[in-house]
Amino acid sequence: MEKQVGAYEKLKSIIHKNDFVGYVFAAPFIVGFLGFTVVPMLMSLYYSMTEYDLTSAPIWIGFRNYIQMFTGDVRFWNSIAVTFKYVLFAVPLKLVFALLVAFLLTRNNRIVSIYRAVYYLPSLVGGSVAVSLVWKQLFSRKGLINSVLLGIGLERINWLGSEVWSIVPLILITVWQFGSSMIIFAAGLKEIPGSYYEAAKIDGATTVKSFIYITLPCLSPIILFNLVMQTISGFMVFTQSFVITQGGPNDATNFIALYIYNQGFRYKNMGYASAMSWVLLMMIALVTLIIFKVSDHFVFYEASDN
Amino acid sequence: MGMHAKKRLTFICYHVFVGGLGLLMIYPVVWMILGAFKDNNQILNNAAQLLPAEWHFENWKNGWNGFMSYTFGTFFKNSLFVAISSTLATMLTSAMVAYALARIKFKGRKLWFTCMIGTMMLPGQVIMIPQYMIYNKLGVVGTYVPLILPHVFGQAFFIYQMMQFISGVPKELDEAAYIDGCSKYGIFARIILPLIKPALITTLIIQFYWKWDDFMGPLIYVSRPEKWTVSFALKNFADTSGVSDYGAMFAMSTVSLIPVFLIFLFFNRYLVDGMSQTGLKG
Repeated sequence: MEKQVGAYEKLKSIIHKNDFVGYVFAAPFIVGFLGFTVVPMLMSLYYSMTEYDLTSAPIWIGFRNYIQMFTGDVRFWNSIAVTFKYVLFAVPLKLVFALLVAFLLTRNNRIVSIYRAVYYLPSLVGGSVAVSLVWKQLFSRKGLINSVLLGIGLERINWLGSEVWSIVPLILITVWQFGSSMIIFAAGLKEIPGSYYEAAKIDGATTVKSFIYITLPCLSPIILFNLVMQTISGFMVFTQSFVITQGGPNDATNFIALYIYNQGFRYKNMGYASAMSWVLLMMIALVTLIIFKVSDHFVFYEASDN
Repeated sequence: MGMHAKKRLTFICYHVFVGGLGLLMIYPVVWMILGAFKDNNQILNNAAQLLPAEWHFENWKNGWNGFMSYTFGTFFKNSLFVAISSTLATMLTSAMVAYALARIKFKGRKLWFTCMIGTMMLPGQVIMIPQYMIYNKLGVVGTYVPLILPHVFGQAFFIYQMMQFISGVPKELDEAAYIDGCSKYGIFARIILPLIKPALITTLIIQFYWKWDDFMGPLIYVSRPEKWTVSFALKNFADTSGVSDYGAMFAMSTVSLIPVFLIFLFFNRYLVDGMSQTGLKG
């Protein structure tokens, strides 16, 4: 009886120890992280060196998938190229637009908050299948965009059927969703002390000048954050190209995420798709690293000792 | 007077520009909603007309009837089930993990925090293929398990946000409760959870909306029509009958966005707060 009580007391003291409580509460993340992130990543590293179609046993082929990808797969190189092209246009345009509109909407009154809501709406609905379907119609041969072009005396463009133009609707649907970046910028703008602008005004600075010399440097950490997050999600673009262009015409919008999906789930080349996932991960890591390195030269952190 | 006139002109120019741009921004959405009342001919040949020439209310009924004997009612129910269960799971588990990482001093806390931040930067598509293999081995492809299970492990984005919130709760509250005999578990349930309610609501709104919009998950894991979610059904609907009935397609596109519109109208503040907090402190 006494021994039982002792065991109970001991158990009680264990379950209230910090180390125990911590792991109880952190358990969901730890289990998920190990089981659904670390294990899949290691698995995909293994499968990337096999030929695997899900039904028969995987066959070990060493680095052949990687070699094939880099030396024998024109579609892979093309998908990298079009993804970069998309990111290089869509991300900077989106951020510039977001920043300018946020700057225009700094005033705080009712009508400005309505404007802000209106500008924010596209980023809320833009990722949906519904809007992608609308986009497809807007850019069709006799669609709204071409009607406008005809109306102002230009010629129709075969947006979705041309290798040159088909990436444009996809870039535009991304830029159109600048609202969430705008919200982040707007929050950052609020943090800049008004006295900076007043001082600049007394010194005779114009709005443009105070934007360049006050707003941009003060916002640079937030610009960096947005740039990194948008670049990462830019590399992952999927739904829009899947619905609007299906990667076409002739692979002109066959973004890497779409190509991985098709290799894995349509052609059942799970090994090859795993290898491509790893290359994509390395690519994103490299690009992020470069952005951080370059940012050392332009990101301005307020000195903490003052 | 000249000064006054100039000021007024600036004011007018500002509102014409900002307002005009705003209209341009929501034009595609308005065009979609009004398209739901048009006939094929007008949608295809007179795209520049915004208002319907005739109002075709039957588009909504035709669309709602869905296809293969399943109405959009079924797809709506499916989407609601997946979105609500994932969202509730995310809320609870993210709060738990945030509490551990923000308040409990346990061995390995720093390491797990670093891992958590790491997963925030990890693009989901990278592990999509092996995750599919795992679910395939478990024999749950075709069910909702792969769509909901990932959310019972907490989600880095929300964990991080809740940690920010928890660090704003005065530690004295925990200590006072501890002295009064409240355990660490009780502190979580009685002090932390009620006090981070705004962060929980933000999570509710954002996660629900992400899950509602999700297309890739259902595309990979769901095949039988009775299990389709709204976004996936809409894509299939457009592929099969959209060609013949654009009005119905736009009607169902509009229907698929109703929850998002409702969130926008009533919970906009939480979305905006959620976005701006992560951005600033990230």
